[in-house]
Amino acid sequence: MTGALAFCRRFARNRAALAGLVLLLAILLMAALAGVLFPDDPWDMVAQPLLWPGQDGEYPLGSDLMGRDLMSGLFHGARVSLAFGFTATAAALLIGVTAGALAGYYGGLVDDVLMRITELFQTVPPFILAIVLVVILTPSALTIVTAIALVSWPGVARLVRAEFLSLRGREFVQAGVVLGMGDARLILTQILPNALGPIIVSASLMVATSILLEASLAFLGLGDPNLMSWGTIIGAGRDALRSAWYVAALPGAAILVTVLAFSLVGEGLNDALNPRLRNR
Amino acid sequence: MRGFASISALSRHFPRSHYVLARVAKSIPVFLAIAVCNFILLKLAPGDAADVLAGEAGSATPEYLAALKSQFGLDQPTWAQLAHYVGRLLRLDLGWSFRNNQGVLALILERLPATLLLMIGALGLAFILGAALGVLASRHVNGALDNLISVVALLFYATPLFLVGLGLIIVFAVHLGWLPTGGLTTVGASYTGLRFAVDVALHLAMPLVTLALFFLALYARLMRASMLEVFNQDYVTTARAKGLSEGRITVRHVLRNAMMPMVTMLGLQVGTLLGGSVVVETVFAWPGIGRLAFEAVMSRDLNLLLGILLICSVVVIMANILVDLAYAWLDPRIELAR
Repeated sequence: MTGALAFCRRFARNRAALAGLVLLLAILLMAALAGVLFPDDPWDMVAQPLLWPGQDGEYPLGSDLMGRDLMSGLFHGARVSLAFGFTATAAALLIGVTAGALAGYYGGLVDDVLMRITELFQTVPPFILAIVLVVILTPSALTIVTAIALVSWPGVARLVRAEFLSLRGREFVQAGVVLGMGDARLILTQILPNALGPIIVSASLMVATSILLEASLAFLGLGDPNLMSWGTIIGAGRDALRSAWYVAALPGAAILVTVLAFSLVGEGLNDALNPRLRNR
Repeated sequence: MRGFASISALSRHFPRSHYVLARVAKSIPVFLAIAVCNFILLKLAPGDAADVLAGEAGSATPEYLAALKSQFGLDQPTWAQLAHYVGRLLRLDLGWSFRNNQGVLALILERLPATLLLMIGALGLAFILGAALGVLASRHVNGALDNLISVVALLFYATPLFLVGLGLIIVFAVHLGWLPTGGLTTVGASYTGLRFAVDVALHLAMPLVTLALFFLALYARLMRASMLEVFNQDYVTTARAKGLSEGRITVRHVLRNAMMPMVTMLGLQVGTLLGGSVVVETVFAWPGIGRLAFEAVMSRDLNLLLGILLICSVVVIMANILVDLAYAWLDPRIELAR
């Protein structure tokens, strides 16, 4: 418990990380309050199309090409974009941690095969692979999450493998072997909990890149047509990129803030987990 | 035999060619694996392979479809189809794009130079500026300049590419009118020689900067960390004890070793860069592979997309060979042979 307290204190001493946490909470609040503040469907065409921000007090951030309220879109979009970010990261972690843990724990042939596959996925340009996958499987929430997860896992796999390789020979693991623990128990209860730090740090960055990936896919018209994410608004604004640039720029700015928040928090976690590296 | 003789003659003149050949040979299984992945993707698509290869149902004549089906032996077992498909890719036969009425390979090769120009320019700018900023930050650790560089780098890193592009267009093309909004050259103007180069450079400026900024941020942060790591090494202390100036130590002793992680990153980022060029080329109407990919998405030309995926993977493989060579050049201790 004192460890957790010291960790929190180290994290709180880092001003940048705290700023990231505040931004993150603000975005989460936005997502949570979307239904309360904007009970109407964000797809409703309520205003005159292409209202500039500030032009009409009722729609402070203006409206898009179809007359949809951008403010409402941004709030509801926060929900969808964060949901994309979290689910895609969870799926990528599942694949990456499994592959990395097996490769690092068993070594030998298992390691060889899994690492060749990882290398293969790192050779193919990730965003282009994601595009091909979504086009083939037709765009929907499920296929987009699948595509993002499939291109995001190799980094985690390498990280987890390296952690497992270094932890595998430690005394506490040896003790577990002597106690007669099975492989699964050793992996899940002994090694994995000790590798959790770096996994959490990279997960926080992965949420950010997943949100960016979803937005980039939606920018190319490969978003889920039934869900309004920030990327969807950007994709819809692409046709009027030069005349009504605010339509794409507003959700773009929201993504900027979100990615910034996750990066700052991730860095803060990293520094708090590795106090010795802090003063570099 | 003759081939062998010429290879050894080659390696006498260029000692590294042996290594290059070995490295190329190592890449062949990777290429084959990617070809197999492409085949799996093709199988995942709705309809059979002939429909996909013909572009989209309706755009090919029934005769052509029938010919394709027998040509691909779609009645044969899957492994035979796979062998056939991989064999075709090895002969660089990527099929036909009905949407563009042109061979896929020809289409991609036609667009490749524009993308390579954009990519190499962006990587070069990001690498050089990133290294410079990283060195600068590392010389003023935790000072005002270091913090400023960190904040700017983080902002660049977090900004979606299209937003940077959009901002540049609004400022430099719409408001100031200094730079063209998009394209490769001025439409209608048939410049030659120097005028042509200047025209292309003006069109290149914004997409190049947009693509470079994200990677600039990565390189600046990496270079800073890497410089600090090397500064702590014993041999740097020795150099200081010898009375060398800080500037000389930075340039002659630390920089070269600090470059190693940068070069690794360069190799790792080529694939990401190609992905980023899809967005950037779409925003700036830059007629490269990325824009071609966008057009293929819009027309659901799956065969063209798969061709782009394959060629881009080949570009990554070749870039990684170059990175390995650069390694050996930076650190002679790394043996080329193994």
